[in-house]
Amino acid sequence: MLMEEPGMRMELSGAQREARLRFREFVREHITPHAGQWDREERVPIGFIERLRENGYLGSPLSVDAGGGGLDAITYGLLTEELARGCSSVRSLLTVHDMVALAVWRWGSRELKTRVGTAAARAESLCALALTEPDVGSDAAGVQTEARAEGDGYVINGRKKWITYGQIADLFLTLVRCEGKLTAFLVPADAKGFARRPLRGIVGTRASLLAELEFNHCFVPASDLVGKIGFGLSHVVGTALDHGRYSVAWGAVGIAQACLDACLEYTSSRRQFGVELAQHQLVQRKLTNMITDTRAARLLCYRAGYLRQNGDPGAASETLVAKYFASKAAVRAANDSVQLHGANGLTEDYPVARYLRDARVTEIIEGSTQIQQISIAKNPPGEL
Amino acid sequence: MDFRKEKIKEFLSRLMRNHDLKDDEDIFALGFINSLAALQLVQFLEKEFGVTIGDEDLELDNFRTLNSMDELLERKLVSQAAV
Repeated sequence: MLMEEPGMRMELSGAQREARLRFREFVREHITPHAGQWDREERVPIGFIERLRENGYLGSPLSVDAGGGGLDAITYGLLTEELARGCSSVRSLLTVHDMVALAVWRWGSRELKTRVGTAAARAESLCALALTEPDVGSDAAGVQTEARAEGDGYVINGRKKWITYGQIADLFLTLVRCEGKLTAFLVPADAKGFARRPLRGIVGTRASLLAELEFNHCFVPASDLVGKIGFGLSHVVGTALDHGRYSVAWGAVGIAQACLDACLEYTSSRRQFGVELAQHQLVQRKLTNMITDTRAARLLCYRAGYLRQNGDPGAASETLVAKYFASKAAVRAANDSVQLHGANGLTEDYPVARYLRDARVTEIIEGSTQIQQISIAKNPPGEL
Repeated sequence: MDFRKEKIKEFLSRLMRNHDLKDDEDIFALGFINSLAALQLVQFLEKEFGVTIGDEDLELDNFRTLNSMDELLERKLVSQAAV
């Protein structure tokens, strides 16, 4: 029997490996030493965001023609993982900015893309997603914020809550009810009738500059409509959330890897009962679970990224699976990390408590674990 | 064109399981198409038939039946060929 050419290759290209090294070095130099402080101060500094912009990390998955970085889906995943390995609040900026910029380029009118699309792709304008409300979370179709036609535009009234980077974003992809149908507008922060208030004391990704937004007779021109009336959730915000799940999945892998890094170092240096912690079999069991979970989650992300890069219609379903598994894996890894660090794990002297708080966020945002359990069963991925 | 409708029907059969979809049957009324599936349907049409679906095409009637999707594809392919 003739040997057939193997059809499956599971390795990064040389360019992807080089990019990962570059991202890793950036994180080691500019993020890891400061992440704890940013977390305590509840703020990623504006100066650092400028550095992200200078390196082309914001808007990186958008096409070069649009003004973005043109990163392939896998390289984008590697960037997201490495950023999250250093600081999940930085990762969350990448997530929300890119999900909105991509949705605008996917469904915005030619006029809207010309007017604001390039600035968003280049991150000259920072973007945020205004979806959740004080009384609306998982049930996104239940948004109460309303828009009604007036003159040559629309007047928006309502409130949005838990808006990541809402304190500083320039453009808000805002889901409203218009003519009774779910509809998306791109609202600029300088629109008349728009106001924002910082949300403090958040437990996880707490440097993400969360805000509550108020739309008080906020007028936007008709050209700020993204897509068409009635397609705001299914297609416009749906596109954003699909990307968000991909980004959060990789971010969860980054947290799990950071937990593993911290635990391998700690358990090989701290001694109890006369030997290093890593010599105890129950510790080895936790390390093994962490290693296996992290690798499995990363492989699911690779699979989702491969399909996304090929424009495969099954990519969204595969991304659901990756996000579901990776976020749970990150929480398991972070829980075990705190346990392995003992009392030290409950202090700010070690990063693992922050990892645990940040990991919990990944099980809630971009569709909670319970929403994923419903969505995956309804939209199962195809055969491998 | 029948081959296009067959391709779309094959794609949708994954969501509709044993339902034998007719050319003029309303896929939204059948209740199989959730928001994620609607997005996947757009991606499928783009990849399978080499068209770009934009904001101007966002009308439910364009995606309601096999016949209406086939007509949308015909319009897109003719306009792309003319460019």
